[in-house]
Amino acid sequence: MSREPLLSVEKIVKTFGGFHALDGVTLSVEPGEILGLVGPNGSGKTTLINVISGLYHPDGGRVLYRGRSIASWPMHQRARQGINRTFQIPKPFKSLTVRENVELAYHFARQGAMTVDNALDFTGLAPSADRPAQSLNSSQQKLLDLARALAIGPDLLLVDELAAGLGPQELHHIADSLRSLADRSMALIVVEHHLGFVNQLTDRVIVMNAGKEIFEGSLTLAAEDATVSAVYLGT
Amino acid sequence: MLSSGRTHLRSHRGVNALIPLLLLAAFSLAPLVYANHAVIFQMMAFMVLAQGVNLLYGFTGYLPFGYVGFFGIGAYGMGIGIELFHLPGLAALLVGALFAVVIALILSPLLRLSGAYFAISSLAASEVLYNIVANPALTHITNGPYGESLVQSYHPLTSYVAMVVLLVLTTVLVIVIKNTPFGRALLAIREDPVSAEMAGIAVVRTRTTVWILSALIGGLTGAIFGWHLSVFYPSTVFDLSISILAIVFTLFGGGGTAIGPILGSVVLYGLYNAIGISAPQYFELIYGLLIVLLVLFLPGGVVSLLQRRGSYVP
Repeated sequence: MSREPLLSVEKIVKTFGGFHALDGVTLSVEPGEILGLVGPNGSGKTTLINVISGLYHPDGGRVLYRGRSIASWPMHQRARQGINRTFQIPKPFKSLTVRENVELAYHFARQGAMTVDNALDFTGLAPSADRPAQSLNSSQQKLLDLARALAIGPDLLLVDELAAGLGPQELHHIADSLRSLADRSMALIVVEHHLGFVNQLTDRVIVMNAGKEIFEGSLTLAAEDATVSAVYLGT
Repeated sequence: MLSSGRTHLRSHRGVNALIPLLLLAAFSLAPLVYANHAVIFQMMAFMVLAQGVNLLYGFTGYLPFGYVGFFGIGAYGMGIGIELFHLPGLAALLVGALFAVVIALILSPLLRLSGAYFAISSLAASEVLYNIVANPALTHITNGPYGESLVQSYHPLTSYVAMVVLLVLTTVLVIVIKNTPFGRALLAIREDPVSAEMAGIAVVRTRTTVWILSALIGGLTGAIFGWHLSVFYPSTVFDLSISILAIVFTLFGGGGTAIGPILGSVVLYGLYNAIGISAPQYFELIYGLLIVLLVLFLPGGVVSLLQRRGSYVP
């Protein structure tokens, strides 16, 4: 694995008032790779996703995408250049139908994007295509975020807590689906509390705590790591 | 529900084309059957203004209480075109439109505000414009508080026709926007600006575009209106009740559709002329109450009653 990273995040700092939500976090991800991002609540996982997707501007450090600094890119430009995401609290266009939600993104589709129908099938939302998005339950709305992201054709997909609220059967299916995206050389960063789900997805996780990465490696090794168990178990 | 915006435009081409054609026919023939041409002209003016408000409020959720600012500046731009640049009436309209667009560009940072803050600040902006135009220090340009008198360019027929053309074009514009991806993008921005950005929509640029279009419509309406009157004062064309009426007509009919503002203007302006002239104070009360009730209980206006049943509303 000596390919150029698709994304590298270098020493990112993000403060809110006096609170350092991100305190020099550094990581990178390659095409076709799934990186699991785990850590206790408030460790900065979602903040990092927000910085990469352009919702927040970092107070320090660099975000390089295909080797270029993207600090000045607005979100829509990042989306059109292949960075997309789902949201922990789903954000569909509620008054539009499921299909219309996906079509909006597909309008800006890049090469390699799924068609609207493919994205709906992929996420299992095809039967609900003509329902208004607000009639979906929370897990379905998260899948709609995913379908919308896929329809624009991302090279880097940031998945923020997709698993919450899904049953074991669905989790298994989603894990397979996400892996199939990586097989098409998409890079994924998956923020997840559900460690079993992360384990199904990838061997490479980064454990974050207090705005920094404290461990990188497999989940099994993470469980044996003294710092990680100190953070999780307070021992 | 149909799949895409483009299909919408195609599959409802008939009913979409019918609306501007009906307007064209109605307002071309109305002067022949109804003697009070001023009422017909003003109804058209309010219809266009309501569509301008509709573009902004109906599609993006920004409620422009100061919309009359564009109307007034359009009228004065036209007046300056005639008085200072000695342009013919039609060319002076373009000066009015240009003034409105320039003002919209200057005021575009207001779009960073949302909800009531935007509504109030746009109202304040229109009051500022009013006070600048009416300032005695600008008498050599705007004739200050003494008003414009353009009797040498008075041309009731041409200005009437200009208003019909503007009404038809504006209606076509709203129908096209509603049924194309641009309109969907606006609705998406109204729903969730962050998701809209992630779907590849340039939120700021899209929002500014529709703001300028809306200002252009308001400015042109004011310009044609001022030309048609040919004598007007700052208090005539910066009258806040112009904003209020245009907003009420849009809210009543239903924003985000082409037919809503037309319906609202016909019903409410018609009613206003039937009974309102004799007791205007009651109408201000009634329209004030209407705004409150509509926003609370029927935010989609009358047409939303049809939309709820799944009907396509142009």
